Amino acid sequence: MPAPLTVTPPRSGGGVFLDFFFNLRARGVKVATHNWLALMDALGRGLHKDSLDGFYAVARCLLISSETQLDTFDQVFGETFRGVRVDAKALLDNLDAWLKDPKQLEHLDPALKALIQSMDLEQLREELKKRLAEQKERHEGGNRWVGTGGTSPFGQGGYNPAGIRIGGGGGGRSALAVADARRFANFRKDLVLDTRQIAAALRRLRKLSREEGEPELDLDGTIDKTARNCGDIDIVMQPPRSNNVRLLLLLDVGGSMDPHAHLVSRLFSAAHQGGNFRELRSYYFHNCVYDRVYEDASFSDGIKTQELIHQLTRKWYIILVGDAYMHPGELMMTTSDWWSPQRGASGLTWLARIADRFPRSAWLNPEHPRLYDSGTIAEIKRVFPMFPLTLAGLDDMIARLRRPQDPRRRTHVARLAQKAVM
Amino acid sequence: MPYSDPVQSFTGTPQYIVSDELARSVDVAVALARPLLIKGEPGTGKTLLAHDIAQFYGMPLERWHVKSTTKAVDGLYQYDAVRRLHDSRFGGEDVGDIKRYIDLGPLGRAFKAERRVVVLIDEIDKADLEFPNDLLHELDMMTFIIPETGEEVKAIHRPVVVITSNNEKELPDAFLRRCVFHWIAFPDRELMARIVNVHHPDVEEALISGAIEAFYRLRSVDGLRKPPSTSELIDWISALRHSGMDPAKLLGAGLPYLGTLLKKEQDFETVERHARRGLFSGRR
Repeated sequence: MPAPLTVTPPRSGGGVFLDFFFNLRARGVKVATHNWLALMDALGRGLHKDSLDGFYAVARCLLISSETQLDTFDQVFGETFRGVRVDAKALLDNLDAWLKDPKQLEHLDPALKALIQSMDLEQLREELKKRLAEQKERHEGGNRWVGTGGTSPFGQGGYNPAGIRIGGGGGGRSALAVADARRFANFRKDLVLDTRQIAAALRRLRKLSREEGEPELDLDGTIDKTARNCGDIDIVMQPPRSNNVRLLLLLDVGGSMDPHAHLVSRLFSAAHQGGNFRELRSYYFHNCVYDRVYEDASFSDGIKTQELIHQLTRKWYIILVGDAYMHPGELMMTTSDWWSPQRGASGLTWLARIADRFPRSAWLNPEHPRLYDSGTIAEIKRVFPMFPLTLAGLDDMIARLRRPQDPRRRTHVARLAQKAVM
Repeated sequence: MPYSDPVQSFTGTPQYIVSDELARSVDVAVALARPLLIKGEPGTGKTLLAHDIAQFYGMPLERWHVKSTTKAVDGLYQYDAVRRLHDSRFGGEDVGDIKRYIDLGPLGRAFKAERRVVVLIDEIDKADLEFPNDLLHELDMMTFIIPETGEEVKAIHRPVVVITSNNEKELPDAFLRRCVFHWIAFPDRELMARIVNVHHPDVEEALISGAIEAFYRLRSVDGLRKPPSTSELIDWISALRHSGMDPAKLLGAGLPYLGTLLKKEQDFETVERHARRGLFSGRR
């Protein structure tokens, strides 16, 4: 282990540290100046124990505030402090530039410098290529890997040590190896994981209020008021506190939705278990909503869509889940379900009627948003605001549902809904 | 901010094994006197951490277990109007002195303490959404005013505040910005072996390593509703010990005492399906 190298303490946080700050912000981790100053304070006190590992831990606990940001943090940390991008070419270019600039070498600790100078450039490059080839899986760590900051001559290759000491903290996994392991990839917001997370997201739809219902006795309030009132009874009443949100789920099943069945069932059970909605109803459809929706995935018992629209008040929240991907005929033609003989309104008209009746409605799509702008998906997206079925998508959807409906969509939907008079 | 004397770096105690990363987060929270927000899977020792910090630094611990009805002011003080009324009716105490009827809450007591105190605010996500916001000022400035008496309670020593959350609700950004954040990752096998060793120091190596191997294979089963956590592993090893289980047979077809590890009925079925495919028998 080379002797630690002391360089300027990062009191002003310049150089590579500022890069780190801006890289984090560029990748969507909104680090506030406040937190940045706290980090400088912590480094000034030596809490990172003069090691990159320590710096990683200290920076992480101060700069991020949610487990969903851990993975991005790891990636940015790796990229910034290795000073090289993940791809091999950039790494090689970077190494060349780095080796050509003797000034850079002055910042390195003597042992590492000696090691690098003892190898010639060609030899170094060969060695590097060899190791890059080995480095197929990035999660192993160890001291032979590029960028692991251990004893490898490449370890600190791109790392510009302008601010903290490297060395020390030997043993165990180094910070870069830890960052590379992407241990927190599962917490990213652009993935949907388990029912618990979905339930937590859905719960944000909840509106607890004391608006409706028979007033009940507020016991604590009454006792407090009475005691302050020198013992003369002062009764406090209040409406019960309850979640006022009513939610209707309409789920597309079968066909192209089969690969997503698992995800949809998680959403379904999350809504039922954790949502605590005042009322929750769910129905199934296949491909597109027509004149009936069904109580189970076998399409036996059902309810007329028109009846459903009449039964529920405008206050209901409607979430449709489906890939919105179908043959254009299924959406546009006025024959209804392909298994139902009667003619009726087109699928698009039915969707528009739902959107028209329930201003608080949205569509969750398990497909990637890059597919949303073509074919039937684009058409449906003009009727319902569409969000990917990921945690971030759920969050966006809930934020959207809390705002009033977009007037342009409103007009479009109203026009479509009236196209076919029932 | 002036640099205070360096505080002793946290290393955990023999009863509580911490990762280096968690130790650094604790250091930062203690040194910068910012609240430490701890999240993580159930059963990773979030609540125990506060106890351990208190023990490590030899500080007293104030516990505040948050419930759905808890209000922010409860942690600061409570004015016992009922007791005062009682006294005024039935005599005895001097009811003119309102101070007698003010009881400080955990945070209030920590502010007034002569020495630095660890305050545990447990399961903050159980309370209303406004709860964290209502505490912003108090946690920032470490001071509050009791309107009934006009008294200002100001922290003599900024307490070490440890807040745990089970992620039931999102916490507001303004609150998060003020906290030191740490997610307790699920321990890897190496750390798990150390943790188990603390609880079962005298169990033979083969049983522990066999149990840990089976445990991680079990956790790797996709679709478990409640994957077993550390505490369940420790209970399971106790059960295995008492039954005198032969470690060599542990990875056989069925895991014994599965009920200590799994708590949901569906999980038993899921695991059984995987077991039939040979997840627990032999090498993978």
